[in-house]
Amino acid sequence: MKPAPFDYVRPSSVAEACRILDEAGGGATVIAGGQTLMPLLNLRMSQPFILVDINGIAALKGVARVEGGIRVGPATRQADALRDETLARHLPAFTRALGHVGHHQTRNRGTIGGSIALGEPAAEMPATAVALGASIEIASVRGTRQVPADAFYVGPYMTVLEPDELVTGIVYPDWPQGHLVLFREVAQRPGDFALVGLVGALALEGGAISRAGIAWFGMGPTPVRARQAEAALLGAERARIDPHAIARAAVADTAPFDDHHASAEYRRTVGQRVFARALSETLDLRSAA
Amino acid sequence: MSEHRIELTVNGNRHIARVEARTSLGEFLRDTLGYTGTHLACEHGVCGACTVMVDGDAMRSCLTLAVQADGAAVTTVEGLAQADGTLHPVQQALRDNFGLQCGFCTPGVAITMAAVTRDNEGADSGAMEEGLTQAMSGHICRCTGYQGIRRAIRQLAGVSA
Ligand SMILES: Cc1cc2nc3c(=O)[nH]c(=O)nc-3n(C[C@@H](O)[C@H](O)[C@H](O)COP(=O)(O)OP(=O)(O)OC[C@H]3O[C@@H](n4cnc5c(N)ncnc54)[C@H](O)[C@@H]3O)c2cc1C
Ligand code: FES
Ligand code: FES
Repeated sequence: MKPAPFDYVRPSSVAEACRILDEAGGGATVIAGGQTLMPLLNLRMSQPFILVDINGIAALKGVARVEGGIRVGPATRQADALRDETLARHLPAFTRALGHVGHHQTRNRGTIGGSIALGEPAAEMPATAVALGASIEIASVRGTRQVPADAFYVGPYMTVLEPDELVTGIVYPDWPQGHLVLFREVAQRPGDFALVGLVGALALEGGAISRAGIAWFGMGPTPVRARQAEAALLGAERARIDPHAIARAAVADTAPFDDHHASAEYRRTVGQRVFARALSETLDLRSAA
Repeated sequence: MSEHRIELTVNGNRHIARVEARTSLGEFLRDTLGYTGTHLACEHGVCGACTVMVDGDAMRSCLTLAVQADGAAVTTVEGLAQADGTLHPVQQALRDNFGLQCGFCTPGVAITMAAVTRDNEGADSGAMEEGLTQAMSGHICRCTGYQGIRRAIRQLAGVSA
């Protein structure tokens, strides 16, 4: 046995889970899919006194249409969300990005909420939530709150979640029918974390961009919203868009770092190229690099 | 440190046991129940050697706790062949194509292949080959026997080599 000893509880309601988290006073850790937490336990980088397994809480599972959007339960398995037709039809960017999260075997157990709550800077799901304008539903014994995804992430693996709080839903707003998906990921092998990635959605009205939501992953301490690129795209006529100029604006918002996989300089250079290429392809522009 | 009574089936056999909460499913299968066909190596979810089916889905037994498998139906590599020794088609394909060398990664590879071929039953051979190939990203073969594994995949998909 590699992990340090802990108690294990499997509550069957959100209220019960919140009560346990409250009573533990910071000594409890939530386990969802365990695809990140179990390695941390095995390495003893995480040593909770109590493990709170949320897989028995039916209210935290499943995908549902709600007023103005789609709500994904945090304990929904990544593999189930990947097969979900509502998500594929209405939020194709979500489905596209999710296919790059880990492997067949890890998606069979890993959850959407686990990936959202972890806040790994190179992960696809946090950036997708930021790009699409999702909001995170949070509960504790103190009450409930909703936090926009781009205010949820504060640093690498750091979110606004308090130790007694549980993510209870991720709500993605509706995007116009027929909107376009922007997606590119550069990784060493399929299933690996991205060195550089971008995800987004673009809506067109009368030949011009009417709505844009784009975020980078692996390009800073948190998912990074490409605000300058979004602003430059809004209202622009499709045919007159210069993908290279927009890509430069997109990279200007990033703050990548050096690690043993790639340098910050590499990430910026590759990021700018793949952004321009993805945008050209998505908008069917001729001048693709 | 809590202990739990769990009840589960492994390859159709019923088992009841007490486990310490921190015991992984992989350890429990090997050390408590003796299903040593399941191999543990990295215990980080990276290598895939420990892959078993839990309620039909291929997943890492090093990243699941035994207590979380309470009530589940688990399939390990020992459960793939028929009782009379007839190999499962994925085992036969691996054997026919030298898809294993030392065999350390093979139990996990075979489990994933069995789950994916079942999920793609009736699919055309292109989709079958693609599904199997994609799922192999979750396995590392330290003998680097990937060509043999790919040949086995093509045989299973009915694609001529
Ligand atoms: C080999 C391998 C490759 C991978 N590749 C990728 C990849 O390419 N991209 C990627 O994004 N991920 C990748 N992952 C990680 C991914 O598989 C995990 O599923 C994900 O990071 C965490 O989800 P989980 O459900 O497993 O969460 P867990 O591991 O159970 O939990 C992760 C963290 O979130 C907290 N948490 C979980 N649910 C909640 C909740 N509802 N409320 C509050 N806190 C919560 C936990 O306490 C823990 O701190 C990979 C993992 C492995 C093993
Ligand atoms: S031992 Fe489980 S993936 Fe390596
Ligand atoms: S056959 Fe030796 S590790 Fe794959």
